[in-house]
Amino acid sequence: MRYLPLTDNDRHEMLGKVGLSSVDSLFSDVPEIARLSSELELPDHKGEFEVEKIIESLAGKNVSTADVPSFLGAGAYRHHIPAAVDYLIQRGEFLTSYTPYQPEISQGTLQMLFEFQTQVSLITGMEVANASMYDGATSCSEAVLMARRITRRDKVILSGGLHPHYRAVTETHTKYLDIEIIDAPSDLNGLEDLSKLISQEVSCVVVQNPNFFGHLKDFSKLAKTCHANGVLLIAVVSEVISLGAVLSPGDMGADIVVAEGQSLGNPLSYGGPYVGLFATREKYLRQMPGRLCGQTLDETGRRGWVLTLSTREQHIRREKATSNICTNAGLCALAFCIHLALLGESGFRRLAELNHYRAVQIADYLNNINGVDVLTNCFFNEISIRLPGPADEVVSKLASRNILAGVPVSRLIPNENELNNILLVAATECTSEAEIEKLSKALKDII
Amino acid sequence: MTHSRDLSKSSKEQPIPVNSGQSGHQGLNMEEALLFELDSKGKSGVDLPTVPKFENRLGSVSRDSNIGLPGLSEPEVIRHYTRLSQKNYAIDTGIYPLGSCTMKHNPRLNEKLVRLSGFSGLHPLQPVETTQGALELIDKTASWLKILTGMPAVAMSPAAGAHGEFCGMMAIRAALDQRDGGKTSRRRVLVPESAHGTNPATASICGFIIDTIPANDSGRVDIEAFKKQMGDDVAAVMITNPNTCGLFESDIIEISELIHEVGGFFYCDGANFNAIVGRVRPGDLGIDCMHINLHKTFSTPHGGGGPGAGPVVLSASLAPFAPLPWVTFDDQNYSLVEHEIKPTEKFPIGRLKAFHGQMGMFIRTYAYMLSHGKDGLAQASGDAVLNANYIMENLKDLMTPAFEGPCMHECLFDDGFLRGTGVTTLDFSKAMIDEGYHPMTMYFPLIVHGAMLIEPTETESKRSLDDFINSIRYLAKSAISGKKEKFIGSPKFTPRRRLDETRAARSPILRWNSVKAQSNESDEAKTNNL
Repeated sequence: MRYLPLTDNDRHEMLGKVGLSSVDSLFSDVPEIARLSSELELPDHKGEFEVEKIIESLAGKNVSTADVPSFLGAGAYRHHIPAAVDYLIQRGEFLTSYTPYQPEISQGTLQMLFEFQTQVSLITGMEVANASMYDGATSCSEAVLMARRITRRDKVILSGGLHPHYRAVTETHTKYLDIEIIDAPSDLNGLEDLSKLISQEVSCVVVQNPNFFGHLKDFSKLAKTCHANGVLLIAVVSEVISLGAVLSPGDMGADIVVAEGQSLGNPLSYGGPYVGLFATREKYLRQMPGRLCGQTLDETGRRGWVLTLSTREQHIRREKATSNICTNAGLCALAFCIHLALLGESGFRRLAELNHYRAVQIADYLNNINGVDVLTNCFFNEISIRLPGPADEVVSKLASRNILAGVPVSRLIPNENELNNILLVAATECTSEAEIEKLSKALKDII
Repeated sequence: MTHSRDLSKSSKEQPIPVNSGQSGHQGLNMEEALLFELDSKGKSGVDLPTVPKFENRLGSVSRDSNIGLPGLSEPEVIRHYTRLSQKNYAIDTGIYPLGSCTMKHNPRLNEKLVRLSGFSGLHPLQPVETTQGALELIDKTASWLKILTGMPAVAMSPAAGAHGEFCGMMAIRAALDQRDGGKTSRRRVLVPESAHGTNPATASICGFIIDTIPANDSGRVDIEAFKKQMGDDVAAVMITNPNTCGLFESDIIEISELIHEVGGFFYCDGANFNAIVGRVRPGDLGIDCMHINLHKTFSTPHGGGGPGAGPVVLSASLAPFAPLPWVTFDDQNYSLVEHEIKPTEKFPIGRLKAFHGQMGMFIRTYAYMLSHGKDGLAQASGDAVLNANYIMENLKDLMTPAFEGPCMHECLFDDGFLRGTGVTTLDFSKAMIDEGYHPMTMYFPLIVHGAMLIEPTETESKRSLDDFINSIRYLAKSAISGKKEKFIGSPKFTPRRRLDETRAARSPILRWNSVKAQSNESDEAKTNNL
């Protein structure tokens, strides 16, 4: 087997040294009854070429967004990833290293994490950020738990514009922790006002910008109402490119910002692995979940980096830790970091502008179709439209014409009849005007 | 690789050469500034088309002020991250014997396959008729995991080991609640003192109270103490097997019977499944659920700390509580169940992450499984255990094994052999770095004084093991013979010498700050506090 370096001679010699006759005898501590007595119903090993063929054939059964016009979004976006990103993250020194527990021989990973934390702080408009979480949704649930630790209150208000999966993940994570969740109704029109729900019993309010339906909002006033009541404002960003064009949550007064970082550097990959961003105010630092990289000096006085404030974490605090998280999204964070480093200020801004421009084009094209209502006036790169019939049927029909038209809201919120005809349509810099025309023409044909 | 011994001998006689030149570089060892210090305003490493003039629809929230991101061209970014990469130790450059972390070879075929456009370009919310190959791959991977563990069901969506623990403990909580008519009064979860920190942390966020079970003299669960903890308030026991001392819990079947007798569940931490895969099915040990760290047993890359993937296998009694979503197959088509459909026999604990799981890790895992086959997997676990025992056997005359007898995939030493030398486990580890090795796991598990946990994995050659053994023996002899100074100042040949962790924690600097200059030297006054 090509990955196993020991030869039979090696094994024989090594067993001799250990004083045993067979590898099986190394498993003598395993109770007899638990040792495998019959062959597993699985195939034997295969060569690289055979494995490649099998997995290529599975890939071939899928329709890639790279090959057909795609307007899919709702929390995951296809963006162009510069070749340099994928090259650099595949360097073995990054790809095959572990959590930087030995800082003297992990300065590469640590310096990158410090840069990542800085980038995340800058784009979210916050003071500090951690070294990444699993994804945007789990970051959101961690933020809700952190707010409770800070406020010692148990009531949580979730905006009706919060991504339904983020809401579901937060509900799962808080299920057995005596947290009361107040779910606001779906905010299809972007007119929600949560301020009337706020009281001194509330721990936090979770909002999203742009919201799940694409509406952009200014949460500055809501932040003031929150703070007047000792409530934390948690802002969710599920399309991180928007931060190149839209006022940051930090500027609006958010206390914790969580985001899905996939759009920078990470392919769609059918939903994972992605990278969760988590940023907050410095005063809440010690209540943060996850790893943190900090600057320090070595014995000779040179600047260097280490993992720090680990007394918050499970390997030290065990059941009193701020979170049970151990693994982060290191490699995805690296991809994010390199992509944003390549873009720089001017590139990040132009990328955001380009995304917005294409979405404006889509809105204008679709607005001209009889029977289609564009519901979003202020948006970034994704809009909601109302169709004359169920959106999932339209999506199916267009998929058979090789157009991935968008995400029917009913796929995520199945039990609200008034949302059945709503379709989310997203654009990115990968969207061309020709593709928009194609979508528009096909939509006209079928409705 | 007999490089290091002579080098360090000569370094004792001569001062360590340090380039006192202007650049800070020392040959191939390059200094590298922070990205933000390499900024040239307006530069970008990505050429994007000019956006025509148009009226934006951002309303009142357009971002007008400067964000503060640095501008660099592509060659500058490539050089920056290439230089950073060269400051990392990696499995590609040498043995990485971190016990309990399982740093083994990452096959490059898997990296190639995950990048196929038919996977990388797949959106999680595409119509399922356009993602049949992806669903088939998830289903096939799930099926291998079920067969290898002898368990009837598996939840694929957890993002990492600790997330898998959360999934399993939530399922246990839900099952108990249902059995006890709404809200169970069982609150106690038993966790051995040698457990990973994630175990108690997870049980705690599922609303449980943690009671610790002590270890016996052989490094395993003290079965008599365990019996005394049994009662009708026990919800579950969480046991790592093989455990964090690198030992198989030989009373595992009795433990499983005892916990089931009192109506509790058996959570198995599968972090060390790599030691027994293809040889022992955890299902035959009576477990109710177990997470599998795909990045350990099935070698998906760790990438500097993640991402991971932590599918959880479930017994028949816990299967109905598996989280959403899951894949189904009707002999023709694959589908995804993304919502609870009532009435139903299933009571999902909810959703654990935004989409369907760590697909990129499933592809790598499936490729790894197909490449190994059942024969290769059994060979891999056998070699992993043989390698660990070979190291133990070759070091035990000089160092002090924490427990007697053969070990599984990792061997554990305490710091007994360092007593009186003035050298600590930390010093010993740092000296290993100068010998060209990543240290073993130190100070874990907590039940062993000054623990040193060595996990070589199956992907090291005998030559690599022998070189490693020679270096460790040399260090052990140096320590025992009183050459304390060799250890105290180490590491000496690394991009940085020992770093001041106390300082980092006392006044945390967690980001670069343009307003307050970053300190390049040991100048307290210049150091900002953000």
